[in-house]
Amino acid sequence: MLSAQDMQEAAAHGRAVKAVYVYEAPVRLWHWVNALAISVLALTGWFIASPLPSQPGEASANFLMGYVRFTHFAAGYVLLAGFLGRIYWAFVGNHHARQLFVLPLLNAGWWKEVLFELRWYLFLERDPKKYVGHNPLAQLAMFGLFLTTLLFMIVTGFALYGEGAQAGSWSHALFTSWVIPLFGQSQDVHTWHHVGLWVMLFFVMLHVYAALREDIMSRQSLVSTMLSGWRMFKDDKP
Amino acid sequence: METFYEVMRRQGISRRSFLKYCSLTATSLGLAPSFVPQIAHAMETKPRTPVLWLHGLECTCCSESFIRSAHPLAKDVVLSMISLDYDDLLMAAAGHQAEAALDEVIEKYKGQYILAVEGNPPLNQDGMSCIIGGKPFVEQLRHVTRDCKAIISWGSCASWGCVQAAKPNPTQATPVHKVITDKPIIKVPGCPPIAEVMTGVITYMLTFERIPELDRQGRPKMFYGQRIHDKCYRRPHFDAGQFAEAWDDEGSRKGYCLYKMGCKGPTTYNACSTVRWNGGVSFPIQSGHGCIGCSEDGFWDKGSFYDRVTDIQQFGVESTADQVGAAAIGAVGAAVAAHAAVSAIRQSRTRQSDASNK
Repeated sequence: MLSAQDMQEAAAHGRAVKAVYVYEAPVRLWHWVNALAISVLALTGWFIASPLPSQPGEASANFLMGYVRFTHFAAGYVLLAGFLGRIYWAFVGNHHARQLFVLPLLNAGWWKEVLFELRWYLFLERDPKKYVGHNPLAQLAMFGLFLTTLLFMIVTGFALYGEGAQAGSWSHALFTSWVIPLFGQSQDVHTWHHVGLWVMLFFVMLHVYAALREDIMSRQSLVSTMLSGWRMFKDDKP
Repeated sequence: METFYEVMRRQGISRRSFLKYCSLTATSLGLAPSFVPQIAHAMETKPRTPVLWLHGLECTCCSESFIRSAHPLAKDVVLSMISLDYDDLLMAAAGHQAEAALDEVIEKYKGQYILAVEGNPPLNQDGMSCIIGGKPFVEQLRHVTRDCKAIISWGSCASWGCVQAAKPNPTQATPVHKVITDKPIIKVPGCPPIAEVMTGVITYMLTFERIPELDRQGRPKMFYGQRIHDKCYRRPHFDAGQFAEAWDDEGSRKGYCLYKMGCKGPTTYNACSTVRWNGGVSFPIQSGHGCIGCSEDGFWDKGSFYDRVTDIQQFGVESTADQVGAAAIGAVGAAVAAHAAVSAIRQSRTRQSDASNK
């Protein structure tokens, strides 16, 4: 649904609402860096839990597990840095940049829209609505499935990293020192970090499918918006 | 009261041997040589601290480990350093005589003695699953705790609960820190703990008259600050990606990393890979078997000793994260495919009806 602000924005430019600038460059950059980091983390994480077949030769001539772990940790740092930048942008960016972090839970109209979107996905509505930012159902999924999982993986991930970096390191002081006692011991943190990978994979599948489907079936652009930043509308109807 | 030094001299130990003992103790505690005179001074001037050693629901493996300590020798600790006034395994007295000795120490050294607890109290059936001197152990524990200075929780039983607290824990065996909440507690987990770690903790407390620095879970940092994995001599094979894949394969014979065989070294905080066992002879990984994580909380309930990705037990169903994850992803994949198919059909129908309407 187009907000009053968006309509004004468009009106000020003296043309029909055909396209709105939604995702600013930092948000788009973060999206793709984040996607890459998660892909690398998922793959290397898998090979940390289930390592590749043994390497022949002297131990001193090999460092495969070391490289896999290094890549995982480096990608983890990229993910964290990107996420911190994204939080900063939520404060200084446009209002769409905040949508990921704040749910209008007390807004009855918003919940109605969530229900409408559910009905749309269940083939109970014939025509989709127009949205400039995320549609409410997507926003709910972004917050509940993606943001929560991302935070969980950052916290447990750096807690596990701090175990190796040991007492005195920033990750140990900031995460390991309370996460391990919270779970009871290190093994449960490993287990739940592993579960987190599957939840993230679960989100990625839904996210990619929903984005592609909406790109084809809804009344606005989806995939190209995350590249150019402009939300294009396919028709002039409200 | 006699000092440590006086007792040692009385036992015919020379000054030279005494100083040697002090330097060995400093080394085993990871202290600089400059601490040796401090230890010697403490032993020359401080009276022996009375220690009461209680046994709850346990298997006595902690005591068995303790009496095999090499540096310092358990003999030195028991005879010279502490005054072990009550330990139903080691003491000569028995029955009423033993219980009388216990009360005598509590009376005489109010607030001075250290309480060492091996095992834990079961709380179900009014604590009837462990009876000491005709009374539930939990009563003896509370009684002795009231006037103690500090508590040492020996082993995984006292620290976490261990096997008797494993699911479903019918006797409700409960670790000491959940029963006693008003005294400082030093956890020395392990099943059993390493002998040198046990005597090391006692030596530290007597020498410096304070509790060693503890981590957030109450374990001495000097022995439980690092994982087995961090100091494992097979670590180069881990980093190189060289693993034993079966118990009798080439990698196993070459002493490769036991990670794939379910070694819990990367998740276990203990000193096995540095202090080792039986006077520094070996430790499980050196003997070719992975660590089972015996010093970690709830290690009996974390599935097989031979799995790294452990079972998740919810709703009475046991499955690993990978099984749950793969099933969920499979279901989502199927749902996505079905939804996409329905979407496509619907899209084409809508187009047709739109076209016919025009």
